[in-house]
Amino acid sequence: MASAEEAPERTHVEGKKKAPPKRYWEIEENKDEHTGGGDGEEKQTPHPNSASTRKRRRRRNNNNNDNKLQKVDGTQAVSGVEKQAVSGKRDPFPGSAPVPEENRLKFRRKMKTDALPRLTKLRSIVAGSRAVDDVTEIESARYDRLLLQEDAGFLEGDEDEDTCTVSQEDIAEAVDITAGAKYFNLNLSQFGPYRLDYSKTGRHLLVGGRRGHVACLDWQTKQLMCEINVMETVNDVKWLHSEAMYAVAQKKWLYIYDSSGIELHCIRKFNDVLRMQFLPYHFLLATASATGFLQYLDVSVGKEVAAICTKTGRLDVMCQNPQNAVVHLGHSSGTVTLWSPNQKEALVKMLCHQGGVRSVAVDKTGTYMVTSGMDKKLKVFDIRTFKPLQSYFLPAGAASLSLSQRGLLSVATGDIVQVYRDVWSTPVKKPYMAHKVRGPVWGLHFCPFEDVLGVGHGEGFTSMLVPGAGEPNFDGLDANPYRSAKQRQEWEVKALLEKVQPELITLDPGKLGQVDIATFEQRHQDRVNALGYDPMAKDKFKPRMRKKGRSSTGGVERRKNQVAHEDKRDVIVATMEQKAKTEKEREEKNINMEASAAQRSALDRFRKRKAK
Amino acid sequence: MKVKVLSRNPDDYVRETKHDIQRVPRNYDPALHPFEVPREYVRALNATKLERVLAKPFVASLDGHRDGVNCMAKHATSLSTLISGACDGEIKVWNLTKHNCVRTIQAHEGFVRGMVVRFCGTSFFSIGDDKTIKQWSMEAPGYGMLEEPINTVLGKTVFTGLDHHQKEGTFATCGQHVDIWDEQRSTPIRSFSWGVESFSSVRFNPVETEVLASCASDRSIVLYDMRESTPLKKVIMTMRSNTVSWNPMEAYYFTCANEDYNLYTYDMRYLEKPVTVHMDHVSAVLDVDYSPTGREFVSASFDKSIRIFAKDTRHSREVYHTKRMQHVVCVKWSADNKYVMSGSDEMNIRLWKANAAEKLGVLSHREKLAANYNQKLKEKFQHHPKVKRIARHRHLPKNIYTDAKEHTVMREARRRKERNVRKHSKPGAVPEKSEREKHVVAVVK
Repeated sequence: MASAEEAPERTHVEGKKKAPPKRYWEIEENKDEHTGGGDGEEKQTPHPNSASTRKRRRRRNNNNNDNKLQKVDGTQAVSGVEKQAVSGKRDPFPGSAPVPEENRLKFRRKMKTDALPRLTKLRSIVAGSRAVDDVTEIESARYDRLLLQEDAGFLEGDEDEDTCTVSQEDIAEAVDITAGAKYFNLNLSQFGPYRLDYSKTGRHLLVGGRRGHVACLDWQTKQLMCEINVMETVNDVKWLHSEAMYAVAQKKWLYIYDSSGIELHCIRKFNDVLRMQFLPYHFLLATASATGFLQYLDVSVGKEVAAICTKTGRLDVMCQNPQNAVVHLGHSSGTVTLWSPNQKEALVKMLCHQGGVRSVAVDKTGTYMVTSGMDKKLKVFDIRTFKPLQSYFLPAGAASLSLSQRGLLSVATGDIVQVYRDVWSTPVKKPYMAHKVRGPVWGLHFCPFEDVLGVGHGEGFTSMLVPGAGEPNFDGLDANPYRSAKQRQEWEVKALLEKVQPELITLDPGKLGQVDIATFEQRHQDRVNALGYDPMAKDKFKPRMRKKGRSSTGGVERRKNQVAHEDKRDVIVATMEQKAKTEKEREEKNINMEASAAQRSALDRFRKRKAK
Repeated sequence: MKVKVLSRNPDDYVRETKHDIQRVPRNYDPALHPFEVPREYVRALNATKLERVLAKPFVASLDGHRDGVNCMAKHATSLSTLISGACDGEIKVWNLTKHNCVRTIQAHEGFVRGMVVRFCGTSFFSIGDDKTIKQWSMEAPGYGMLEEPINTVLGKTVFTGLDHHQKEGTFATCGQHVDIWDEQRSTPIRSFSWGVESFSSVRFNPVETEVLASCASDRSIVLYDMRESTPLKKVIMTMRSNTVSWNPMEAYYFTCANEDYNLYTYDMRYLEKPVTVHMDHVSAVLDVDYSPTGREFVSASFDKSIRIFAKDTRHSREVYHTKRMQHVVCVKWSADNKYVMSGSDEMNIRLWKANAAEKLGVLSHREKLAANYNQKLKEKFQHHPKVKRIARHRHLPKNIYTDAKEHTVMREARRRKERNVRKHSKPGAVPEKSEREKHVVAVVK
């Protein structure tokens, strides 16, 4: 701060002379003086914000010293050269602000953890693309908070008040009128119990009563789109890719209706369907039937993609992993099996419960699976490693489960719906919320992008408010609850253009973007298996036929032997060379060992003597 | 109790009037966008397919010559002007935007052997079988005036190639010698020869402007420095080279079109072996020209096709052919890097797009973004077998297809024979030679 000490003297002298006002082109001359004066002023009258700015600056400096961060953050690299404004002021925080690690974590791709390939050229390419990924990660994390408009909901009790004792009526009264209107009951006692499904945008609700009543409605405006009675048992209902069509699994066949209730298709290839799942990015409708068949219907072309006989009896427990489109089936033996349409066998079989499995749910990130069984247990698994994380005992057992976008778990036991928070990280003691409906619960679904849980039961349908359940910020190009008809059409065309083929359903969909480091031998082996013979195999030696009696049997045999010996010699030479090499290496190692053994330590007397 | 339930105001998400654009809030959270890689892959596959669907490289055919087109010259300053010379001594000046001929000159008796536009673009030179060098003004003569050359020089022997200096008023011709001429004089200021041979092509280096390369009929490529009295060095190959072209960006590289169906890129500092052997043609390669970016070049061949190679790849990325195009004699890459011009035996000049699937004309911002995004996707997934198969597929005329097949069989047979010879001779007696080493006989300094 030498300049700060000088400053008063200089000003004193200058005061007499009355220097002309400073011009912007005189930066070089007066720069030191100016900044010095500024500092002095700050010292005399401490600014209310100065403490915080200093703190910020210190943090900033720490970040600059942090070598690792500097290397990753491309914008930080130039921080050594400070930019100067026209007025001569230095920017105290040059470059863009650093992004904290926890914000970046959200945008980190899984592939980054994999080891770099060994080949040098490939290595540099992969390393280069990862550097680009880093930059995108930082930039998306930087603007993430700024771009998102909404905050998630929450429910906090007062002191010594449990949130689970708060009733739905209280919540509906406490919140604004539009949100409060989302708590409602539909009294449909005649055709229940009801199964339900929300469309991908969360705007439309489809309910299907066991005794044939099917209705779809825009549940926020309470506008009924259609209401029919199919005069048959309804096992399950499911929206297809948009709110224009839905599938109904009826007593015998699978039917497709449009939103005005007109029957579009009756698919006789799909019989006795009990549960359905729709894979939106593949346009596949996966169905599980009472006969033990898992079938996939491509709804964009109307073809059956795969029919897999699971050989495990009646399939009435089903869910999908939204991250990799693998279907999870629960069985009466207590196992949960994972399926893709490309394989006739299960990808994974997990023994989860001692009794039968009653319900399965997988969270949005594809990390956790929650199962409930006849043994009245509720278990949480990590499905990347297939390891159990938590196990809970529910006295009544859970009949159906559903996970919300933000990770709330709803559990239906009899006619009581309980909602739990954070079931995977810490052992949960108490439910977050609880609600009693009027009949036994049959279907349970969180509404996407809303704090709403739909409950289908024997006496109709209840829409429950669960604060903090839905993702507050939707992506307008993916699932937009406010989209217009035109936008929906546009989206439909785009979605169909990038329909992922069913062959690409695997446990790890990111594998497609990784370098295939399969060794040559392995690829060759695959090829041999595929072709049934070895295309690279050496042709068997066929001795040429010689004329004039020179092709006697003995002669032919001798020539064959000659060739065989030659081949054998090559092999022997190669193995001998290899042997000599390893022998030499071993000797060198021994010499090194002996050299080190020459320096004896005190503990060497306990060592076993070498037999000489 | 404190509670907040999600309650969105529709006004924040829906446009106010139908004249506004739709509001599209974005959330880039990866958890909301599953199947990132498979969806990108599908997009890449679609982009590759679309590229093949939209690949319509042929733009126009310029007809008007009454004999085969023998040589062409790009204008130095105007993108829309092309000059071509035919085998009957006629020179035509073309307007490429209007696809018409603006001027016709009966310049020589016999072939027009070479043409070059002066660096300033005000005049051009032509040589012919009548042993003359003529300089023409770029301006057409007034109405009723005769087409007269500005300058005519009568040489002693027939000239076969011509090129002009980048900055000065000197030019080079080749025939029985390589001659350096001053524009003001009627005799060469310098003459190079190295043994008895005749030359087919001469080219000035675009960066090191005093250096020249020429192709000689004794299968050699000779390098000269204009400031010296003797040639620098030469490389003798197994077959004769027809033309040579310098890389305009990395001017120590040059590519020569060879009679043995291949093109060879050399580093002028190390002539012992070529940097890359470009092989795909199935007949003699007659002409080669670099793109102004120096990343790619185009080659014309006797097999009635033209191919585009990246400067460092062995195989071509593109092949152009039509039913009517005969042996392609000359080819040029336009100075805006967008078009390729080819002149062929059946009197036509054809205008092709350098990038077959590129959309011509003004692109809107969104079109540009989409094109860039698709390009990046194609790059990212180029090694996936399905994408690769579609991107590589080209329809070939039957004769090229069968010939190419035959050549692979022949090459494989030769390789097999060599392997067998090596197997039955003393170890080390028959050394293994790479493809790059095979074609160079000697380097003479």
